[in-house]
Amino acid sequence: MAAIPLWAQLINLLAAVLLLLAFAMLAQRRVLTLLNLFAAQGLALTCSTAIVAYATKQPHLYWSAGLTLLLKVAVLPWLLHRLVRKLDVKWDVERLINIPTTMLLGIVLVVFSFNLAFPIAQLASTVTKATLGIAMASVMLSFLMMITRRKAIPQVIGFLAMENGLFFAATSATYGMPMVVELGIALDVLVGMLILGVFFFQIREQFDSLDLQHLEKLREVE
Amino acid sequence: MTPSALLSQVLQLAMALVLAPLLVGWVDQCRAWLQNKRAPSMLLPYRMITKLFHKDAVVAESASPIFRVTPYIVFAAMVLAAAIVPSLATDLPFGRAADAIALVGVFALARVFIALAAMDIGTAFGSMGARREMFIGFLAEPALLMVLFTASLICGSTSLPTIVETLAHRDIAIYPSLAFAGVAFTMVSLAENARIPIDNPATHLELTMIHEAMILEYSARHLALIEWASALKLFNYSCIGLALFLPFGIAEGSADWLAILGATPILIAKLGVGGLALALVETLSAKLRIFRAPEFLGTAFLLAVLGMLVNQLLGS
Amino acid sequence: MIEVVAVLGMPVLGALVLAATGDRSYAPAINIAACILTFFAAVALTARVIVDGSLLVMDKLFFVDPFNVFLVALTAFVGLTTSIFSGPYMRIEEQQGRLTPGRLRLYHAMYQLFNFTMLLALLTNNMGILWVAMEAATLTTVLLVSLYRTPASLEAAWKYFILCGVGIAQALFGTILLYFAAEKLLGAEGGALLWTELNNVKGQLEPTVLSLAFVFLLVGYGTKVGLVPLHNWLPDAHAEGPTPVSAVLSGLLLNVALYAVVRCKVLVEGSLQNTFAKGLMMGFGLLSVVVAAFTLLRQKDIKRMFAYSSIEHMGIITFAFGMGGPVANFAGLLHMTVHSLAKSAIFFGVGHAAQKTGTQLMEGIRGLVTISPAIGWSLALGSLAILGMPPFAVFSSEFLVLTTAIREQPWATPVLLLSLAVAFAAVFSKVLPMVFGETNAQRLPVRPAMLPVFVHLGIVLMMGLWIPPFLADWYRQAARLIG
Repeated sequence: MAAIPLWAQLINLLAAVLLLLAFAMLAQRRVLTLLNLFAAQGLALTCSTAIVAYATKQPHLYWSAGLTLLLKVAVLPWLLHRLVRKLDVKWDVERLINIPTTMLLGIVLVVFSFNLAFPIAQLASTVTKATLGIAMASVMLSFLMMITRRKAIPQVIGFLAMENGLFFAATSATYGMPMVVELGIALDVLVGMLILGVFFFQIREQFDSLDLQHLEKLREVE
Repeated sequence: MTPSALLSQVLQLAMALVLAPLLVGWVDQCRAWLQNKRAPSMLLPYRMITKLFHKDAVVAESASPIFRVTPYIVFAAMVLAAAIVPSLATDLPFGRAADAIALVGVFALARVFIALAAMDIGTAFGSMGARREMFIGFLAEPALLMVLFTASLICGSTSLPTIVETLAHRDIAIYPSLAFAGVAFTMVSLAENARIPIDNPATHLELTMIHEAMILEYSARHLALIEWASALKLFNYSCIGLALFLPFGIAEGSADWLAILGATPILIAKLGVGGLALALVETLSAKLRIFRAPEFLGTAFLLAVLGMLVNQLLGS
Repeated sequence: MIEVVAVLGMPVLGALVLAATGDRSYAPAINIAACILTFFAAVALTARVIVDGSLLVMDKLFFVDPFNVFLVALTAFVGLTTSIFSGPYMRIEEQQGRLTPGRLRLYHAMYQLFNFTMLLALLTNNMGILWVAMEAATLTTVLLVSLYRTPASLEAAWKYFILCGVGIAQALFGTILLYFAAEKLLGAEGGALLWTELNNVKGQLEPTVLSLAFVFLLVGYGTKVGLVPLHNWLPDAHAEGPTPVSAVLSGLLLNVALYAVVRCKVLVEGSLQNTFAKGLMMGFGLLSVVVAAFTLLRQKDIKRMFAYSSIEHMGIITFAFGMGGPVANFAGLLHMTVHSLAKSAIFFGVGHAAQKTGTQLMEGIRGLVTISPAIGWSLALGSLAILGMPPFAVFSSEFLVLTTAIREQPWATPVLLLSLAVAFAAVFSKVLPMVFGETNAQRLPVRPAMLPVFVHLGIVLMMGLWIPPFLADWYRQAARLIG
């Protein structure tokens, strides 16, 4: 087994940590811990981007890492914490299927994504191409998290985690997208969160709860 | 079979038999230190076993031969496991008896017999204990298998000596798959050895027992053998963990006597640290409700599978 | 170049002004003024393209060719007429107490911003910016859908946000894959996401990556088009939001999303050289037509019914673009235009009808001709137009699609005919009692602003009888570009 350079090992380690965090979020019961895990995921992403920037000598990735740090480790978790505090939601997260089944489904999705990503990763010319499978897996896991949760905030965090996974996929397959696009995406995410914040208050005002079962009244046959 | 191999086998077996109760005593001692209590002497398990051997066995009238035979089978299984797992050296004559998968089978054998014996008398607590044990085991065994699969995939063989030798020679590097497998293995061994957070070994309340409930009916020499076998199980799991994740210091191949003798204090030191770590984990966690045990073990299974998948994908 | 800046700058300016003054009495006038200026800029841009051909402006950031310039003109036009309609409509809504001044400001500002994002998505050359604009379009309208703050509207807005958000995330992944395939040929200097550059090298892009990318892009942008099975947000968002929002969602957003899909399809076809992309688009299109037509039968809310009609028509257009070829593309483009005009006209009429009768349930609306002949007739004519009755232009485009289908995809023709017939029966049977039924209500003293409705329907009628040559030429050029 040829020894791979230290920075490649670190990136592999961070990718594995990212996947682990995605599973941890899937199995998490408490909302505050969920938020902290999301922030940790952002941190892993930042470190990974910074290491790639250092190893491949692409300075624009430093900006990208800085943007991720600012947005996903500082601003978004802060916004969400404020929201959680104002809405006073600290309940245990309810789910549609129990935790062991969710985890088994997660494993199936991970295997599926690894298979899907393999031929693409073969074509990549980056050194981090092997982590494309992990990126896809975390996207799928976040998607699973969105589907199996009943309350609003975990669904939103699943959505944001999906975006994390996509960002990681971009970094691992193509060393990130052009800066202007990344700025646009970051802006979209930020505005989306602000709108969601407003939205949660509206929902809470109307229903006195953020349980999404209240939001299932509109059906096909009226 | 070279003389050094014979020596390593005999020495390893003797060490296991002698040191296992001491390991249990050491863990109790550490736990007492951490909780600011005074522990009984570390040699207490020895005294317990000796005392039990001197007593007269009382067996229920409705007991079948399984009940009497089980302690011997369980003890024999644990001794076989101790003989297979490379803790001092990798060149073991018994090593050809079983590979990693068969090792899991040996543990399963012991579990099956003890569960049968628990149900044999027909008491309520025995059956309850047997059910819970099987419940835990059903979830813990696949996780253990996955951990061993990960190690086997990395080393290209399921034979334990080969695994240990390959892992000992890897470059110092960060291997996420082994990290995942390590955490998974720790969780599984906590479950299998009836430690907090799955089961409290010091509990007196029958309704919270898993392992203890199965052996409520045993006495005297039978109980002594079973207690010794439990200590051996803890010893074996620790040695498996050390062999997979901290294999430095184990004498390799056809080593000379000096290396084998030198491996002994290293093993004792590693076990000491491991015991302290176990006591730490037990002190810091609370016992889980039995219905949360599947989640705990599910997480362990998940981590093990992840380790395997990550290894397949990233090659590390 | 200056036209592009004007087209994009006017809505932003309008949004800024309206954010401050959106609740005053002259706010609708500012809204209309901003839309008029945008429309003039769009017309100027169109004229420039007709004269000079395709334009690449501002360091290749913006690309204008016949395909998207006609959509720009259409967007600006429908934006203008909707703003004319929305003036009095929203005033009545405010008088009835369903809106506060703060919400009116939000509404006006977001309306202009929405126009901006649509125009940005149409004019940009950068696939990444296209994605950003599409997501921004959803964001600007989410709060508008929940403007009335009723439980149903909150649910509709939530579904809209989450479903479109998830969809757009898939599209982001598709864009990443596209970039990944292109970067190898074009380098990482940012040129790899420009559509014009991609178009030049599309024959050399890696087929496996592009086919996977197209699947994600189709699923992602297709969610915003309202293709079945990703359409769940559409009926709710149309039914619960204010009527002008329903009109622009149906008339504009669906078109722009389909534009994005078609741009990607051009690239993928060039790379794959097989019928993979066509097959997918035809499949989704046909599925949408069938499901929407049959679901129309069971609708009780008038706006939901017409929302499903939108899904059906977008399915037809997707099917047409999927078939490809000059005739089908022409039909698709024509259908995009007339559907946009007719559907927004219908929503104008429906909005007024719902306002007058106070309910959106079709059982509660009866005898519109007696209450207000303008509304009644507009609804009747609009429904006939959208159902494909000759001489309205929808008939011509559907006819072209069907004839092409008979020639190239004969198996699809009975399915299409059946669905169109079912939709016709469903909508017609429901609209007739609404317009001509008996009612005890009085004739209303206030005359609604129906000018936009009749302008739209007039255009649709005219195009059914006679398509101006420059328009036909325009369509033909665009059809050729789509390939």
